[in-house]
Amino acid sequence: MGKQRILELAVGLFMALGLGAMFFLAMQVSNLGTMLTGESYLITANFQNVGSLKVRASVKLAGVRIGQVEAIKLDQTSFEAIVSMRISKNYAKIPDDTSASILTAGLLGEQYISLEPGGSDNYLQNDGAIMHTQSALILEQLIGQFLFNKAGEANVSQPTDPANKQ
Amino acid sequence: MPRQLAQLGQTGLNSLGKLGRSLLVLIAITGGVPALLFRPKLIIRQLYIVGVLSVVIITVSGIFVGMVLGLQGFYVLSQFGAAESLGMMVAASLVRELGPVVTALLFAGRAGSALTAEIGLMRATEQFAGLEMMAVDPVRRVLSSRFVAGLMSMPILAAIFSAVGVLGGYLVGVALLGVDDGAFWSQMQAGIDLQRDLVNGLIKSLVFGFVCTWIALFEGHDAIPTSEGVSRATTRTVVHSALAVLGLDFVLTALMFRN
Repeated sequence: MGKQRILELAVGLFMALGLGAMFFLAMQVSNLGTMLTGESYLITANFQNVGSLKVRASVKLAGVRIGQVEAIKLDQTSFEAIVSMRISKNYAKIPDDTSASILTAGLLGEQYISLEPGGSDNYLQNDGAIMHTQSALILEQLIGQFLFNKAGEANVSQPTDPANKQ
Repeated sequence: MPRQLAQLGQTGLNSLGKLGRSLLVLIAITGGVPALLFRPKLIIRQLYIVGVLSVVIITVSGIFVGMVLGLQGFYVLSQFGAAESLGMMVAASLVRELGPVVTALLFAGRAGSALTAEIGLMRATEQFAGLEMMAVDPVRRVLSSRFVAGLMSMPILAAIFSAVGVLGGYLVGVALLGVDDGAFWSQMQAGIDLQRDLVNGLIKSLVFGFVCTWIALFEGHDAIPTSEGVSRATTRTVVHSALAVLGLDFVLTALMFRN
C-alpha cells in the first residue's frame, strides 16, 4: 500500500509540474497577461491604405495600449479598408472627433493604430466610427515621391508640378 | 530481373501488411480505453513509468537547449542591434518547434524504446499467451493503459521542456550577457500569442505523443518473439518515431502557421 501511495504522489507531482509549466507559459510567456480582460467595445475606422497592419495589432492613445485590432475588411464600394478595433471598457470616454493614424513602432517594427483625442464632449459608443483617419506611410511611395521631386529640381527648364511638392 | 521485381513486390506487400496490422492494434487499443476509466490505478502506474521517469532528462535537455538558444540568438541578434528581442526568439522557437519536437524525440528514445522492449519481452516469454489463457485480452489489459499514459505525458513533458528552456534562455541572456530584464519579458509577451503559439504547440505535442506511443506499442506487439527480434523492434521504434515526428512537424507547421 505504501508503494502505491508513493507512486500516486510522484504522478501527482508530475501532473502539478506540467500544469505549473503550462500556467507559466500562458501567463509569463504569452500575451495572455497583456490581453484585454473584462468588457470591451468596438469602434471602426476607414483607412485609404492600412499598409501591413495586422489583426491583433495594438491600439494606442498617447502611447498607452488601450485595445487591439479586431478585424480588417475591404469596403467593396469605396475601396477603403474598414478596421474594427476592440477597446477596453476602462477607456470609455474617448471623444467622438478623435482621429486615428497608422504608425510604425521603430524603423522596421510592427504597425499599430494611434488615436489622437479631439475636444468633443460626446464620446465614442459601441460600433461608433472614427471620421478622421490617416493612412499608413508606404515607404516605397515616399521614396518614389522624393526621387521624383529631386529630378524635378535638378531639371530647371522643366517646372516642378506643385501637386507633388510636399 | 523477375526476382528483383518479386522482391520489390514482397517489400511493398510487407509494408502494407504492417500498416494494416498497426491500424488493427490501434483500434484494439482504443477499444480498451473506456474500461480503463474504472481502473485509474493502471494508468497511474504507467504514467509513473512513462512520464515521471522522463522528467529528469526532459528538464536537463530543456535547460541546455534554452541556454544554447540564448547564446546563439544573442550573437545573431546583437549584430542587428536587436538583442532585446532575444526573449521572443527563445520563447517562439521553444514553444512552436523545439519544445514539442525535441520532447518527442527524447520521449521516443527514453520511454518508447522501453515500452517496445517490455512488450516484446512479454511476448517472447509468452506472457500474452498466458493472459489469453486466463480469458484476459492482453491488448486491452497491457497496451491501452500504456497508450493513455503516453498520450497524457507528452503535452506535460513538452510544457515542462518549454518552460525550463525559457528560463535557461533567461539565465544566459539576462544574467550572463546583460540583456535588459524587462525588455526580455515584454518582447516575449508581445511576440507570443496564446492561441497561435501555445495552443498549436500543445496540439503538436498531443499528435507526437499519439504517434510515438502508437509506434512503440505496435512495434513491441509485432516484434518477432526472440531476443534478436525484440532488439530490432526497439531500434525500429526509435528510428520510425524520429522520422514520423520530424515529418509530421513539417506538415503541422505548414498547416498551423500559414499566415
